[in-house]
Amino acid sequence: MSGRVLLAVAVALVLAAVALTRVLENQYYYFATYVILQYVVLATAWNILGGYTGYVNFGSAAFFATGAYTAAVLIKAVAAPFPVLLVAGGLVAGLLGLGIGYLTLRLRGVFFAIATLALAVVLQTLVVNWGYVGGSRGIYTLRPARVPFFDNYVEFLFVVMVVLALGALATARWIERSWIGRGLVAIRDNEEAAECMGVPTLRLKLVATTVSGALMGVAGAPFPYYLTYMEPTSAFNLDYAINSLAMPMIGGTTTWVGPLVGAVLLGAAQQVATVTISSALNLLIVGLVVVAFVILAPEGIVGLFRRWRARARA
Amino acid sequence: MFSLDLLTDAVVAGILLGGFYAAVSLGITLAFGLLDIVNIAHPAFVILGAYGAYVGNSRLGLDPIVAGLLGMPVFFLLGMVVYRVYYASFEKRGDESLRGLVFFFGIIFIIEVSLLLQYGVDYRSVDAAYLGATLELGPITLPFRLAIPFAVALGLTLLLHLFLSRTFWGRAVKAVSQDHLALRLMGASPVRVKALAFAIAIATASVAGALLIMIGPIEPSVGREYIGRVFAIAVLGGMGSIGGTLAASLILGVLESLTSTFYGPSWALAVSFGILLVVLAVRPAGLFGR
Repeated sequence: MSGRVLLAVAVALVLAAVALTRVLENQYYYFATYVILQYVVLATAWNILGGYTGYVNFGSAAFFATGAYTAAVLIKAVAAPFPVLLVAGGLVAGLLGLGIGYLTLRLRGVFFAIATLALAVVLQTLVVNWGYVGGSRGIYTLRPARVPFFDNYVEFLFVVMVVLALGALATARWIERSWIGRGLVAIRDNEEAAECMGVPTLRLKLVATTVSGALMGVAGAPFPYYLTYMEPTSAFNLDYAINSLAMPMIGGTTTWVGPLVGAVLLGAAQQVATVTISSALNLLIVGLVVVAFVILAPEGIVGLFRRWRARARA
Repeated sequence: MFSLDLLTDAVVAGILLGGFYAAVSLGITLAFGLLDIVNIAHPAFVILGAYGAYVGNSRLGLDPIVAGLLGMPVFFLLGMVVYRVYYASFEKRGDESLRGLVFFFGIIFIIEVSLLLQYGVDYRSVDAAYLGATLELGPITLPFRLAIPFAVALGLTLLLHLFLSRTFWGRAVKAVSQDHLALRLMGASPVRVKALAFAIAIATASVAGALLIMIGPIEPSVGREYIGRVFAIAVLGGMGSIGGTLAASLILGVLESLTSTFYGPSWALAVSFGILLVVLAVRPAGLFGR
């Protein structure tokens, strides 16, 4: 599909989301869809680094929580308006991503993955011991009493997340099609060879880690308002780490469509499982599905679909 | 606040704890240090071992250490199976780095959630007559709860060291870590050697788990705390050296114990991960690296 068609689809989706808030009353659906859309952003962001470049990030929760806690601090300190939260959350998490990017100078493969995991735990410990944001007891954030144009704050957050998800997908698609994306793929295939051919590997990796981190931070910024009561264990939840890498793995890591497909399928399945069975069982399902996919369908659903179409044509 | 008694107690507790960390890290040193298999699920296997000891202790009335030893053959077979799957799905295709990592990440969740569904989030512990006792050595107090795991862990470390340096198969494991191709040219199958070594690595988790639940009550997700610890130890210890693993474990144990005595337990976990980050960034070869 061409860019113009996709843009039209995106605008139509935002309008449809706004229209939906006029019709649908049941708040549960907004809460549930918000979570799925949040995963679309996280999975897409993870894939920019993990899928295109091949650097596995186990610390998605750290970036997400950085965005969430940046927002919480700004709300508490200066009662910052909503757009400022998004920008600030993205900036701080992006800076963290830039730092992680410099780590790639020394650490490759597994060591990089372990370092991101360590980063998440260190940050969580810092937040747990930080009195200003409530430490381990957590922090209350009051939603603004009213928000223009929407009857209710959850509906507003839902529309915001629709826009963020579309923005993340657009960013990923743009990167994928530009010279940056081709450079990142070259790094994934063979970093030394790419460097020798004149690909500016460090600069590209820094772009990937920064953009990936910033998107995760933006996804986390509305989180204090979504929960109204946020504690470190919910912001640093390991679910974010596993889901944001499981979803691209299941969907397919080579294109921007993969994380979207994975996040929608797995996210929706989890929401249904949480309601109908139990939240513990839904994680077990995620674990089993992920293991099954990496063993049986390493290219994900997008890969399966492509192979099926190629065979249908032949 | 500061007193010499407090310091001595903290250091002694740290050394005892460090010995136990060695038991948990041996499997990582084998799998990650020698075989290049990034088994981040190792701590989850340790938790599985702890629940095995719990079941053996509460249902069958076994001593937790005996239960842990009895679990070893089962864990050995489990390790064999996991390695075969890992080999066929990832290593053979040369695809182990990214997908292999995700594979083990998925295994963590499967183990953790299965235990959660079976036993819930309540903390579980084991009983043995000697666990409450202490040994007084002059000014030093040795709680059996920590001292016995320490002794068992040292024994396990020594056994593994002897296995790797004295036996034919142990030397084969070391050989596979150094030169795959040469081993194949000598007519030995690297895959069989690696399967054996990985199975041994998982078997140590059964005993380490029994020690874990002797030290304190556990619930299914405590394994996550150990992911950073064991990798910090493996990297610090110089990847694949048994002596280095023991030294790094003791250092980490003492540092953590001092931190939690003087700054509070909530900071202790940051120590191991902080050290890991610094070591990775500054000296990836570890303190005792090759």
